[in-house]
Amino acid sequence: MSLSSSDIARIASLAKLDLGAAESERMLTQINGFFDLVERMRAVDTHGVEPLSHPVAAIEDVTLRLNADVVTEPDNREANQKSAPAVEAGLFLVPKVIE
Amino acid sequence: MSNKDLHHLGVAQLSQALAQRAVSATEAAQHFLARVKSHPELGAFVALNEDATLAQARAADQKIAAGNAPKLAGVPIAHKDIFVTTDFPTTAGSQILAGYQSPFDATVVRKLAEAGVVTLGKLSCDEFAMGSANENVAVPAVGHDQAVPVRNPWDQNRIPGGSSGGSAAAVAARLAPAATGTDTGGSIRQPASFCGISGIKPTYGRASRYGMVAFASSLDQAGPMARSAEDCALLLSTLCGPDPERDSTSLDRPAEDYSRSLNESLEGLRIGVPKEFLGDGVAPGVRAAIEAALTEYEKLGAKRVVVSLPRTELSIPVYYILAAAEASSNLSRFDGVKFGHRAKQYADLNDMYRKTREEGFGDEVKRRIMIGTYVLSHGYYDAYYLQAQKVRRMIADDFQNAFKDCDVIAGPAAPTVAWKLGEHGDDPVADYLADIFTLPGSLAGLPGMSLPAGFDGHMPVGLQLIGNYFGEAKLLNAAHRFQQATDWHTRAPEGF
Repeated sequence: MSLSSSDIARIASLAKLDLGAAESERMLTQINGFFDLVERMRAVDTHGVEPLSHPVAAIEDVTLRLNADVVTEPDNREANQKSAPAVEAGLFLVPKVIE
Repeated sequence: MSNKDLHHLGVAQLSQALAQRAVSATEAAQHFLARVKSHPELGAFVALNEDATLAQARAADQKIAAGNAPKLAGVPIAHKDIFVTTDFPTTAGSQILAGYQSPFDATVVRKLAEAGVVTLGKLSCDEFAMGSANENVAVPAVGHDQAVPVRNPWDQNRIPGGSSGGSAAAVAARLAPAATGTDTGGSIRQPASFCGISGIKPTYGRASRYGMVAFASSLDQAGPMARSAEDCALLLSTLCGPDPERDSTSLDRPAEDYSRSLNESLEGLRIGVPKEFLGDGVAPGVRAAIEAALTEYEKLGAKRVVVSLPRTELSIPVYYILAAAEASSNLSRFDGVKFGHRAKQYADLNDMYRKTREEGFGDEVKRRIMIGTYVLSHGYYDAYYLQAQKVRRMIADDFQNAFKDCDVIAGPAAPTVAWKLGEHGDDPVADYLADIFTLPGSLAGLPGMSLPAGFDGHMPVGLQLIGNYFGEAKLLNAAHRFQQATDWHTRAPEGF
């Protein structure tokens, strides 16, 4: 299986990356090189095998904890917004979305 | 000993000298800061804040003087720039986080600080920990006005390994007695191997991921990198432990004192050597060093057994599918709104996202985001992501089969020694293939370490030990006994 340039354009659009033409071309070659490796993985018979997400679940039950739905964080807005590119009156600024 | 030789002391020796007041925390911090500044050629450090470092050192001195010092009071270490820190900027090696100042410290950083550790600075790494050579760096190193790859102190024309390459180079060059690293697919073990130091990645879920800039959440783990297993044990005992409020995958297992069992006998220890780990792809000099290390273990009373990890090669596609998928999801937060870089020119919101991310991410990061986005997209999820998660379970099961016949698994950390800068050129798959021996343990979430085991030519070779779940103490014990019988871990690169 091999990706085409239009696949690269579609994926870049989903990933919100503004790839240039030369970069897309290079990406296509490199990603197809990688997917050659993936073919062997696709061929493995995994019938009846459960997917593994938390690796320790391979030996024991791991249940992800749920925290109580209560406020635990103090107001730290200023520090949290310190590294934002555009802030005004405690709000993150973005380009106009609604005309 | 004179203070000018302080950098030859490891963590255990230094903490003893500090406790006995043979040296002050301030003197130690000043000594190591001077060394860091005198070796900019390695590109190992990306951020210093001498005022903050010296303030931490003075606080440690006060505690030592008052007689209520925690166990690592005044020991200077440096953090991989993937851990967020309030006293230093955090970039994860990426332009998209240039200038980012975290409002909080990572749990690992906090735990070490509570034990009295003094932070020397932040260490270079591959961008978002994606790389095996520390060549994918996009932020300037200390002493440089542009981004530079980290150089291996054993041969500065060679890479230090990655992604914790700055950590490994700094420890090998005696710029810091120890450093933190993170390991997603081998990023502690492989650079430790390439730079001739010791490093351990604990069982997945042992160390909190809170405040580690996320790459692949089901794989990322923090761990120490130091010159000896003894030093790794001290640091690992400190940085592990449950973090239930902050990390939902952190396991509810109390921290252990890994120093306690370092000296246990290895009599009867069964060391399993996977036949897939010593095949044709392994450089002859690496194989010879590993064989000699295994012989040394037999002298220490261990028994060598042959085991099999039949899906070793499959771990490469499985890992690079899962890690890329998780990365594409984790890195969607970098959108030019909440932190870091934002493009100057754009037409609208969507265009701002696209241009910001295009400018802010480096090539390897974009490649992985593309692969991850593709395998998670509609119609492809089952064939790639889910299939990879299923094979991941088969790989984890293979380890459980192997552990029926052995107590620890041993083999090389990498098929070769460190390669030359630029040698893999524009071929990312060449880097991926070189991860073959560290990826299986990462996918299974097992503890793994690398310890110096000799040389191939002038470059260090690392012996990888992989333990069963929660078997960190056994790994460190096996590594320490080896280091009592050999001196590979005491060798320093020339000029350092």
